[in-house]
Amino acid sequence: MLDGSALWYLSRATGVVTVVLFTVVFCLGVITAGRRRPQGHAATIVMGVHRWLSLGMLVFLAVHIITAIVDGYVSISWLAVVLPFVSDYQPLLVGLGTLAVDLLIVVMVTSYLRHRIPERIWRGLHWVSYAMWLVAIVHGFMMGTADQPGLRLTTLACGVIGGAAVVWRTIVTHADRDRRELINAQEWS
Amino acid sequence: MASSLDVAKIAVDRVRCTGHGICAQTLPDSITLDEWGYPIVTDDQADPDEAKLAVKLCPARALYLR
Ligand code: HEM
Ligand code: SF4
Repeated sequence: MLDGSALWYLSRATGVVTVVLFTVVFCLGVITAGRRRPQGHAATIVMGVHRWLSLGMLVFLAVHIITAIVDGYVSISWLAVVLPFVSDYQPLLVGLGTLAVDLLIVVMVTSYLRHRIPERIWRGLHWVSYAMWLVAIVHGFMMGTADQPGLRLTTLACGVIGGAAVVWRTIVTHADRDRRELINAQEWS
Repeated sequence: MASSLDVAKIAVDRVRCTGHGICAQTLPDSITLDEWGYPIVTDDQADPDEAKLAVKLCPARALYLR
C-alpha cells in the first residue's frame, strides 16, 4: 500500500503532468481557431489530438485530485473537488483548482454534446477554456512546492507557451477571415 | 442500422466552412481542396464510419451527412 508521502509525490507529479497536457490541448485549440492555411496533415492531427488528449488528460487529473485528498497530509474534503473555496487547506489556491475542474466539466460536456448544441452557444462556452486554463496555471504555480523548482518552472514554462499562443491567436492573419473580408470589400453586382 | 447505411452521403455547408481542409484528409476519396483550401466534393458517397469521424473532426461543423 502506498503511504502518505508516496501519494503526495504522486499527486505533485500528476499535477504537473496535467498542467503540461492541459497546455498542449489548449494550444492545439488555439492553433485550430487561428490557423493560417491548411498545410498537409497538420490541421487534422491538431484537431484529433485536441479532442483525444483532452480525454486522456483526465486520467492524470483524476489521479492528481484523488491522491491530493487521500494522502492525509493536508485536510481537503471530497466536497472540495466540485465546490470551490471550501477546502480547509489553502481554500483560495485549492479553490482555483476546483474552479478549473468545474469549468472543465462545462467545456468537456458541451464539447461531447456539440452535435446537439447550437454553434454559437458551444463556441461561447468553449471560450471559457481561456479562463479555465489561466486559473489552472495559477493554481499549479502558486501551489507548487518551493523545494522542487523544476516542477514550478515547468508550470511557468506552460504559462509562457500558452500565453504566447494567445498572443499569436489575436494577431495572426486568418486565411478564411481574410478571404471573407476580401469578398465583402468587393462591389456587389 | 448498419444495413441501411452502407454508404453515407456527405455534403459541405459552404457558408459555414472555414477552409480547415481536414475533410480532404479524413475523406481523401471523396473530397479534394480548391486552390484556396476549400473543399470540393468529388464523390458524395463515403464509408459511413469514416464519414461520421470526418463530420466530428470538422472544426466548423460544415461537413454533414444527408
Ligand atoms: C480540456 C479541454 C479543452 C480545452 C482546454 C480546449 C481549448 C480550446 C481552445 C482554447 C480553443 C480555441 C478557441 C478559440 O479561440 O476560438 C479550442 C478550439 C476548439 N476546440 Fe477545444 N478545448 C478542449 C476540449 C475540446 C473537445 C473535447 C472538443 C471536441 C469534442 C473540442 C473542440 C474544439 C474545436 C472544434 C475547436 C475549433 C474552433 C474553431 O475552429 O474556431 N475541444 N479549444
Ligand atoms: S473540415 Fe470542415 S471547415 Fe474544414 S474544409 Fe472541410 S468542411 Fe470546411
